[in-house]
Amino acid sequence: MKREIMIILLVALAVAAFVSPFAASSPDGLERVAEDHEFIEKAEGQEVFQAPMPDYGIPSLADSVFSGSVAGIIGTILTFVLMLGLAKTLTTGKKV
Amino acid sequence: MHIPDGFLDAKTWVAASLISAATVSYAAKKTREVLSDRQIPRLAVMAAFIFAAQMVNFPVAGGTSGHLIGAALAAITFGPWSAVLIMSTVLIIQCLFFQDGGLTALGANILLMGITAPFIAHWVYHLFVSPGAGRSRMFAGTFAAAWCSTFVASMVCALLLAVSGTVIATVGFPAMAFWHAIIGIGEGVITALVLAYLTQVRGELVFENAKV
Repeated sequence: MKREIMIILLVALAVAAFVSPFAASSPDGLERVAEDHEFIEKAEGQEVFQAPMPDYGIPSLADSVFSGSVAGIIGTILTFVLMLGLAKTLTTGKKV
Repeated sequence: MHIPDGFLDAKTWVAASLISAATVSYAAKKTREVLSDRQIPRLAVMAAFIFAAQMVNFPVAGGTSGHLIGAALAAITFGPWSAVLIMSTVLIIQCLFFQDGGLTALGANILLMGITAPFIAHWVYHLFVSPGAGRSRMFAGTFAAAWCSTFVASMVCALLLAVSGTVIATVGFPAMAFWHAIIGIGEGVITALVLAYLTQVRGELVFENAKV
């Protein structure tokens, strides 16, 4: 794989591992609007399934400072692999 | 702006899912026509970077935060149809593995951040920046495109919430507009900085295929 791809992937992994722990934990724009106008409770208990790493944390590492970083690294790699696979599938059998 | 399960009623999330499914499959067809083998790892690394960058919420005024969506970054770099696939991939991973955005709202979240945002960014960017434009104009156009992508996506979000009866339009639209006008500034600055870096290290990495 080309050098610049590796560099940007490493930057992404570094952001997920080392910058995300410093992310602001305050509500985002939609959550803030939902709190201010009292419809946030409409989402409570409405999840239709349980994701393995809810809120970007590893449940078994819940108390660890590494929980978010590990989840971030896993997510970054998963995203890379899924997009790579999808794009490869799209071009398979394509006439050049 | 990830909508959780429970905010949208059935007719709204079903309709949003159908629109998104049709658009994403058309995007796959359009991307297939232009995608070269060289670009496959670029799309993948862009998706990975956007996933990571979306984890970093930055504080904005009054105890609220925002994070990069990345749709403008993807659309300016690869064109809107590839951006639809990149953003959908990120949103699917966030939903299925991290519970960020509800499963019933996945189609709606793709509609906001994976379809509306990249197309708005693409149109605004090309309104400002014609081929051969200078760097300062490119970055001003990038900022405007990114700001508009966040803002308009938030308006579509307000529309879906209003149609669902979750929050009335006269309240939802101004409230979403206020916060996302501010968060959009962060989107604009980060997108312009990242594109400045990408164009500096490797000009051909960006803009090579952005017409599509």
